[in-house]
Amino acid sequence: MSLVMDILTICAVSAGALFFLAGTVGLLRFPDTLTRLHALTKVDNLGLGLIVLGLLPQTSSLLAVKLVIVWLLVQLSGAVVTQLIAGAVRQHGADG
Amino acid sequence: MPSLLLGASIFVLLTVALGLFAILRRSADVDRLMAVQLLGTGGVAILLLLAVASETPPIVDVAVMLALFAAFAAVAFVRDASGASSEAKGE
Amino acid sequence: MSIASVFDVALVALILAIGASTILVRKAFAAVVMFVVYGLLLSIAWVRLHAVDVALTEAAIGGGMTGLLLLGAVARSRSVNVGGPWIGRPARLATCALCALVVAGLAIAMLHPPEVIPTLAPTVMESLPQSGLGNPVAGVLFVFRALDTLLEKVVLLLALLGVWSLAPDRAWGGMPGLHVYARSDPTLIFLAQLLPPVGIVFGIYMCWVGAKDPGGAFQGGTVLAAMWLLVIVAGLQKAPAIGRLWLRGLLVAGPVLFLAIGLAGWVFADAFLAYPAGYAKPLIVAVEAALTLSIAVALGMLAAGPPERAQQQ
Repeated sequence: MSLVMDILTICAVSAGALFFLAGTVGLLRFPDTLTRLHALTKVDNLGLGLIVLGLLPQTSSLLAVKLVIVWLLVQLSGAVVTQLIAGAVRQHGADG
Repeated sequence: MPSLLLGASIFVLLTVALGLFAILRRSADVDRLMAVQLLGTGGVAILLLLAVASETPPIVDVAVMLALFAAFAAVAFVRDASGASSEAKGE
Repeated sequence: MSIASVFDVALVALILAIGASTILVRKAFAAVVMFVVYGLLLSIAWVRLHAVDVALTEAAIGGGMTGLLLLGAVARSRSVNVGGPWIGRPARLATCALCALVVAGLAIAMLHPPEVIPTLAPTVMESLPQSGLGNPVAGVLFVFRALDTLLEKVVLLLALLGVWSLAPDRAWGGMPGLHVYARSDPTLIFLAQLLPPVGIVFGIYMCWVGAKDPGGAFQGGTVLAAMWLLVIVAGLQKAPAIGRLWLRGLLVAGPVLFLAIGLAGWVFADAFLAYPAGYAKPLIVAVEAALTLSIAVALGMLAAGPPERAQQQ
């Protein structure tokens, strides 16, 4: 059973790390602010989400709840920050 | 398993560092905010990996702290941008 | 080289690079953003140094509150359009020389450590069980060096008095001039309604857990202050007038309780700031709870700035 769990951890953490790379590449290569914001949100939800998913089997159940809460908090602030930045860009242009 | 998780945290750190430098070379304020956001999320991921790798649960509290404060730089930025524009309109 | 030291080397290189660019960048906004990034990285460094208490403080202060304070200052200097006094070459050279002196002193201290590094850590760990606390940092702060902690909180109040003393006479006792969001924004209001409940629970948890694990009054108070400021900035609530009695009461509640228990120590335990045997932990938890509230209000009012408008009757 623990082998299955370890394989799950390895797969999910690697996939999450890859999403960090994808998000960074997106931030570097995408042409304008709004598309870059789109790349950034993938890091918040999928990158961190997969890493948290991968860490869950390695922790006690109480700590696992905390890990999920951390992910939800980052989701919340990530979504709000993206909205706020996008709103500022629409109003004032990219130089804010 | 711990060394694998540490390896993943090094990977995330390097990726975030790469993104950080490329973004910070741009001059727009909005791009800099995105750099903060990227590092905030990357920092949370690194801390969670470190917490599980070193079996130190209190490190998760540091990650919660970062997550709670993740939005504050952007909130301050849009607040000041909104204040500047309303002053410019003569309100 | 082990995998942990690869991480450490990468982290240190990144911190040095970000620190250098914080100094070299010319725009104030960019420098503040770099400084926030620097604070985030430092908190990871503190975790690597096994100082989770410091990491928590750095994450809250360096990553959150400082950004809010400094970005507000940048916006204010932009709207007031201060040119700033021209700094001549002699002053710059003198600054450079003094900085170099400090760096040299630090370098000497770091490169030539004494053979046996003086430490009181074993003594602390030996005497800690008597206090009933589990966190050695809380032990040092509230048992062994309680006087320092008490004075530190008084310094916070003095800093607040310094900010308030910038108020013009007509605004004294009035509302702080905290910049709020100019128009009501549904996204920001959503965040200000959803985040504070979680933050308040976490702030209380920080204060409570501080006796046993990393955490404590300062970390908890900072979280509470930040949540309060978020609600004010989103326009859901107004910043209180500084003349309000409840505000002043909360500000002094922590230090006064600490001082009262300290003075009672003379009667019940033969020394100032000593705790009677067996009562150390409950007394410390009570002081921490009161300090958490006082720190939250003090930090919140520090960030809110000096009063600018007279109180509406």
